[in-house]
Amino acid sequence: MAVSTPTQQDLSRYELLLQEAAQIRGVSLWMDAWRRLRKNWAAMISLWFLVALVITAFFTPFLPLQSPQFQLADKEHKYQPPNLERIELNFQLEDAKQLEREAAELAARLRRLPADAPEKERADLRLDLAAKRRDHPFNRLWNEPGMLTSAMIRARVAIFGRWCIPSICGRDELGRDVLARVFWGARVSLIVGALAALVSLVIGVSYGASAGYLGGWVDAAMMRFVDVLYSIPFIFVVIFLITFLSEETTRNRLAAWGIDQIAIFYIVIGAIYWLTMARVVRGQIISLKHEQFVDAARTGGAGSGRIIFRHLIPNVMGIVIVYLTLTIPSVMLFEAFLSYLGLGVKPPDVSWGLLMNEGIKVITPVAIFWWLVLFPGLALAMTLFALNFLGDGLRDALDPKMTNR
Amino acid sequence: MKGLLAPLIILAKRAAWTLLTLWLVYTISFALMWSVPGGPFKSEKKIPEAIKRNIEAKFHFNDPVWKQYLDYMWDICHFDFRASFKLEDFTVNEVISQGFPVSASLGIFALLFALLFGTTAGVISASRRNSVIDVAFMGLATIGIAIPNFVLAGISIIVVVFWLHLLPASGWGTIQQILLPALCLSAPFAAYIARLTRAGMLEVLNLDYIRTAYAKGLLPRNVVIRHALRGALLPVVSYLGPATAGILTGSLVVERLFNIPGSGSHFIEAALGQDYTLEMGMVLVYTLLLSVMNTLVDFSYAVIDPRVKLE
Repeated sequence: MAVSTPTQQDLSRYELLLQEAAQIRGVSLWMDAWRRLRKNWAAMISLWFLVALVITAFFTPFLPLQSPQFQLADKEHKYQPPNLERIELNFQLEDAKQLEREAAELAARLRRLPADAPEKERADLRLDLAAKRRDHPFNRLWNEPGMLTSAMIRARVAIFGRWCIPSICGRDELGRDVLARVFWGARVSLIVGALAALVSLVIGVSYGASAGYLGGWVDAAMMRFVDVLYSIPFIFVVIFLITFLSEETTRNRLAAWGIDQIAIFYIVIGAIYWLTMARVVRGQIISLKHEQFVDAARTGGAGSGRIIFRHLIPNVMGIVIVYLTLTIPSVMLFEAFLSYLGLGVKPPDVSWGLLMNEGIKVITPVAIFWWLVLFPGLALAMTLFALNFLGDGLRDALDPKMTNR
Repeated sequence: MKGLLAPLIILAKRAAWTLLTLWLVYTISFALMWSVPGGPFKSEKKIPEAIKRNIEAKFHFNDPVWKQYLDYMWDICHFDFRASFKLEDFTVNEVISQGFPVSASLGIFALLFALLFGTTAGVISASRRNSVIDVAFMGLATIGIAIPNFVLAGISIIVVVFWLHLLPASGWGTIQQILLPALCLSAPFAAYIARLTRAGMLEVLNLDYIRTAYAKGLLPRNVVIRHALRGALLPVVSYLGPATAGILTGSLVVERLFNIPGSGSHFIEAALGQDYTLEMGMVLVYTLLLSVMNTLVDFSYAVIDPRVKLE
């Protein structure tokens, strides 16, 4: 027989080769891109700035800030310029504890109520309980926080007590602390930016990938549709759309489905920012779909959907991420723009655009409240700046051909 | 003959696509207007008597939907956008024709400023590559792109108007009143054009014909302005389409900020007051305007660069 058994010497050689192979670390596309990105100091500073921003925005309730709602509309505090005056949260810890105890008692009584108790008694108890909850200082000062936010506020009160950072960014028309409002506004602005970009990502990638992969007249029709949408001045259509959606009855109907004003925002903005993404993804998919790995997948019995979503899309993720980082700033800008015009986020929610609006509204020749414009504007501009830099850096890092040009 | 016919066919195709786009916008808007309670196609609403009379004369509330749809479309095809839904005794046409010249002059000024400052900064940056001026201009351009125009406008009102007392804060009519809003509106576009011009110049300056021009002993200034700039401006021309769209959008905010009685402010007023017919008219006018501008830009691009084929 021709098949010879490998000798001891061969075996040890193979083993050596294997070991050597194990030691060599392949440089993946992502590692390579990361290495290039790390050399770009502007992009790295932006990246760290954004990471810090996201973390502080998330933990805003935990920071010893003043309440973004609390009004101090006396003469002394109205439009107070930046200062270091000592200030404390406006409630007594004992009162809050007392209210909580009473609410817990009421809840317990409600639970203990026998099943055959008169409906009236039950309803009364419920009303009392709701009133107690409404009176709670947290709800008053922080506009009915959710579960997580409540927990963070509780932790903040436990650690810092009633101590607050003084109004180093001044106060607004109603004596509310600008610093706290900028921080709370960051939460809304960032969430709108991220979620709307995500919606645009999902629509754009699936649309572009399907058009590119299916090709032929389907592709032509789909891309023609995109062309038509491109030539619509979207801001105007969106504003038109928002007038309808914010109409009283329509809003109530949507609210019944759990869609509030901000959710409408993500959907509407996301629904218009997918066009560029769809075009880019389509171009990439067309260049990829004749590669052998696609043929291999098809031979293996994979359907179109599986090929598109499991084989093709992971290969265009690089460029998709680049466009995502460039979409987020334009979405945030758009949100600020609409909120600035009074068509976006509505009080008591705050966003940077809304704060800018409040600041610019009160510019008069008599007195200039520059802090109302400067601080929200600075926050917005710095974030957009960082996102743009990071997007440019990522594009250079993930697409080396562009750098060489 | 053939050379003349081809652009005409392209123009006809463009017009057809524009009509399709307008129809799409109209249909979606109509559906929304029809479905909204208290919309202009229902009669069950509380509005002042004068407006009601106006509207009832124009609208046929009891007609079936398809007839209302076609009637409204017919009116719009004859450039009659019907009566305003909120402003007493105003038709949409009157409001638009009042605001449009104001917005147009603001937009044209902004576009001119953007081109002037953008190309100048770009050319200077490219010809003194990596110098202090280059870095400063490009840093400024990045800031200009990132700062939203209402932030810029707010800060510049505080600084220029109230601290330095250089220009009036608001109003419309004199050149001083146009200057500040037009500059604020043009800033991001000037910044982008500067970057495009710089990149285009750098690419062109490395080409052979520029070296030839230098070798012939031409003055560097002449080479840059007469030989290089023409080639470098191509990306700028193709950017004019999106820039126009952006300036239209930006003028919404800027007009509101500087209290300019243009169609941008009217549109926002209409949106805040739910004046549906006015909004419909304006959206259609803006769509048409954008299409016309894009077609113009494409044609001028083909004129400047003979290599470009229109399709």
